[in-house]
Amino acid sequence: MYSEKVMDHFTNPRNVGEIENPDGVGQVGNPSCGDIMKITLKIEDNVIKDIKFKTFGCGAAVATSSMVTEMAMGKTIDEALKISNKAVAEALDGLPPVKMHCSNLAADALKAAIEDYLKKQQA
Amino acid sequence: MRKVYFDHSATTPVDPAVAEEMMKYLTEHFGNPSSIHAFGREARKAVEHARQQVATAIGASHVGEIAFTSGGTEADNMAIRGVAYANRHKGNHIITTAAEHHAVLSTCKQLEKEGFAVTVLPLDQYGQVTAQQVADAITDKTILISVMHANNEIGTIMPIKEIGQVAKERKIIFHCDAVQSVGKIPVNVDELGVDLLTISGHKIYGPKGIGAMYIRKGTFWQPITYGGGQERRRRPGTENVAGIVGLGKAIELATERMQSEAERLTRYRDRLISEVMAKIPHTILTGHPTNRLPNHVSFCFRFIEGESMLLMLDMKGIAISSGSACTSGSLEPSHVLTAIGLPQEVAHGSLRLTMGKDNTEEDVEYFLEVLPPIIERLREMSPLSEGYNACAFGTCDAHAHDHGHDEFEDEF
Repeated sequence: MYSEKVMDHFTNPRNVGEIENPDGVGQVGNPSCGDIMKITLKIEDNVIKDIKFKTFGCGAAVATSSMVTEMAMGKTIDEALKISNKAVAEALDGLPPVKMHCSNLAADALKAAIEDYLKKQQA
Repeated sequence: MRKVYFDHSATTPVDPAVAEEMMKYLTEHFGNPSSIHAFGREARKAVEHARQQVATAIGASHVGEIAFTSGGTEADNMAIRGVAYANRHKGNHIITTAAEHHAVLSTCKQLEKEGFAVTVLPLDQYGQVTAQQVADAITDKTILISVMHANNEIGTIMPIKEIGQVAKERKIIFHCDAVQSVGKIPVNVDELGVDLLTISGHKIYGPKGIGAMYIRKGTFWQPITYGGGQERRRRPGTENVAGIVGLGKAIELATERMQSEAERLTRYRDRLISEVMAKIPHTILTGHPTNRLPNHVSFCFRFIEGESMLLMLDMKGIAISSGSACTSGSLEPSHVLTAIGLPQEVAHGSLRLTMGKDNTEEDVEYFLEVLPPIIERLREMSPLSEGYNACAFGTCDAHAHDHGHDEFEDEF
């Protein structure tokens, strides 16, 4: 059902946790679907220096959260904003079709965290 | 790694004695039971012997009251649709419950599209309906009551005898889906007062793809499929002889073992419930605390999602089920868990553990050792457990442990 990469990220999720005093926080999800993802960021000179996630969700939700943190780490804000849910799913060698619409929200959480950071910058 | 199968409500392994019986009817006695030659007669004899075994196991007065089907789903469809169509001239109202299997609920939904009216009775927090609820729902158009004996997801046993009494007094046909209860607790069609009853083979160490419908003599019912004259024209099609033989042997063995197995598994069940509730805070026992199947344990663990739990237990060699939406491929968590009043977030964190004849005390020990760190790890990862972490693993007592779910509404 799940690819080896999905199972690898589910079994050994990268960057689990929460950054203290984060520069940006993003949380997305749908309780009826059973997936809520929260991403916290540390940004220096427009670059994501640290990123952590917390996820309530299925195996695919944990794996996509873990993968998006790996993909975003060290990227500029503009580069990170270009990471799509589809790209995250592809990086995991695909997800079962039934998981695509509800478990692949990780890039949305990343985007929400970056937008939170940008909003704080403007304020 | 130790392998523990705790998913017997999903399916059971075929008992070696059942497989041995079946094998003869796959190879040696392969005749069509409708053929009149010796090959056919041999197969017919086996089918009728199995029919007797099933009738005896459920206390049916007449062996002809048993019709073999392809499984529980087909039997549920046959029972409900058959009664609905045959009694349409008397009324169009069907009463069922929110606890039912989709084989019942989806069939009723389809009948609604065909002009029938369906009342789905709500459940209490333990997943039960009362006979009074059933009585109150009856109208002069009611033609059928369909209530399951024991629930597959939370293990709760329904008051079938009392409901059967209501049905009898009001002269309404009563169907009971007994797929999960046959072989685990006593099922006697006369004592329960049911007119139609559903049985499945693979839940009692028989093969998949075989089931049976009990239909009390004199019940006004009509077939829903047409073709040959098999099964007294109630279920046409060449009989699955080996499957039928397997079901007959399986139900006979299950009945013989029922009492001793129920006693043994009840001990395991009660220990699992008490230890998990004591060891893991923010846990809700789902289903009735005592009036439940002897082999059935089910919980919801707050702040985590069931599929993740299932995968982690699987990595430790333990097979369980969850009513999480993600395990069923739907968007909604189990309809039973939400019907007993659990918020969706909580229902997503469900675990169902169903034991069987090969499980041992060591399996119980292993599960109790493996589960807590998995729950702890998933909760650490969950944004929903924020604010609860300090006490989530028993290091403080700021939040009471849950032994029911009456506090839910406040917290979610």
